[in-house]
Amino acid sequence: MTTFPSKAPEADGDERDPSLAGPRSAKTLRSRHAPLSSPAAQLAKLESVSIEGSALDFEAVLAAAGTAGLHPAPLEVFQINLGKLCNMTCRHCHVDAGPDRWDAMMTRDTIEACLRALAQTTAHTVDLTGGAPELHPDFRYVVEQAVARGKHVIDRCNLSVLLLPRNTGLVEWLGERGVEIVASLPHYRKRNTDAQRGDGAFEKSIEALRLLNAGGYGQGNPKRMLTLMSNPAGAFLAAAQHSVESEWKTALQREWGLSFDRLFALNNMPISRFLEWLVDSDNLEPYMARLAQSFNPAAVAGLMCRNTISISWDGRLFDCDFNQMLELDAAPDGRAMRVESFDFAAWQSRRVVTRRHCFGCTAGAGSSCGGATT
Amino acid sequence: MTEHYYKPEHLARFGDISEGSPELARKFFDYYAAVFAPGALTEREKSLIALAVAHTVQCPYCIDAYTTASLEKGADLEQMTEAVHVACAIRGGASLVHGMQMKEHEQKAGM
Repeated sequence: MTTFPSKAPEADGDERDPSLAGPRSAKTLRSRHAPLSSPAAQLAKLESVSIEGSALDFEAVLAAAGTAGLHPAPLEVFQINLGKLCNMTCRHCHVDAGPDRWDAMMTRDTIEACLRALAQTTAHTVDLTGGAPELHPDFRYVVEQAVARGKHVIDRCNLSVLLLPRNTGLVEWLGERGVEIVASLPHYRKRNTDAQRGDGAFEKSIEALRLLNAGGYGQGNPKRMLTLMSNPAGAFLAAAQHSVESEWKTALQREWGLSFDRLFALNNMPISRFLEWLVDSDNLEPYMARLAQSFNPAAVAGLMCRNTISISWDGRLFDCDFNQMLELDAAPDGRAMRVESFDFAAWQSRRVVTRRHCFGCTAGAGSSCGGATT
Repeated sequence: MTEHYYKPEHLARFGDISEGSPELARKFFDYYAAVFAPGALTEREKSLIALAVAHTVQCPYCIDAYTTASLEKGADLEQMTEAVHVACAIRGGASLVHGMQMKEHEQKAGM
């Protein structure tokens, strides 16, 4: 059984676990008892936005584009959110993850239920996220189990976590199992990266990328795939990933001698700490207008809610990690679905739950955990 | 008389300019969209040129619009600042190079 510290740090105890020292650009909403720490308050804030000349009814906009509701495509990705513990506290985090989040960690029983559910599905990929999934005590167990079932495994990695003493040797271990690393890096230059992720985040990211390259990652080997994931550092849409990928490759090689395999660019979602930043910086209304006005009907078919199942640390099922953070449970018959009683047929016949934040995934080139959707 | 000559909301409502002349507006906006489509120059290059020109014509609407556009095409503060310096250098240089006319006139008029 998983054991967690018997004395979890108090809500304001961000700095109490020195072994989780990492870059910080914010404190968690939870530790500050911020009003927007509640998903209901976040949804209410989004509903309160009114924009002249812009329709913010996602279902109506979908319908006008010829799609009556979002329905599942064949399931491909089984995404497990292992918990909210993270060594970083980035300003744009949609999870409100941080070093104080021992309150939200998946138990071994729930992990076993996930593995039983996985066996019922057609998913070819197990996508591990968090928080920093590598900080979960059962991280290696989940990876081993998924690999043993023939699944492609993704580790959504914040890079700096690889430098913690407890993770010495982890890169080699992941490489031996063919695990793909999808690593967050807002920009190949320092300024934007540190603004979003905290002072020192850029240097640590570069150091971690060096470790990954030294471990064979990012050099065209499909068994050592290194994908970089870039969020804009501010209230604007992500650049087209195909047009900036080669620039990133050239720049990281030229300036740091580093290589990677592909770049995903995704939009920031108006959720959690990024929502708070939008409110505090008076950017909420212009950003929502930007998302709504950039609605792209061509981005709909590839939305991740259609081919992904998202499981929370406490075993609930969601259409995506964003709905998970807003606690918009998948509940086709009015009862929230749980992983212990997973029913694949019921899952595939549900309708995706949408709210205003969904405009974040349909804006511009489309946005998902797998990058652009167009 | 309005309180301010420039109102931020005018940018979002730019399309309303078509009311007085829909046909000319259609032609202008079609042309405008074609100009900014990727061609021999990339969309980012065009956004950065527009940003520099916006500073030269001192259009606050254009500065807002092409700051956002440049960011969304993957440009960063350093690149955008360099673009503004290009505008600044050409403006300053344009003043200074007219000094040649001044010199010529001075030579002609002087003894």
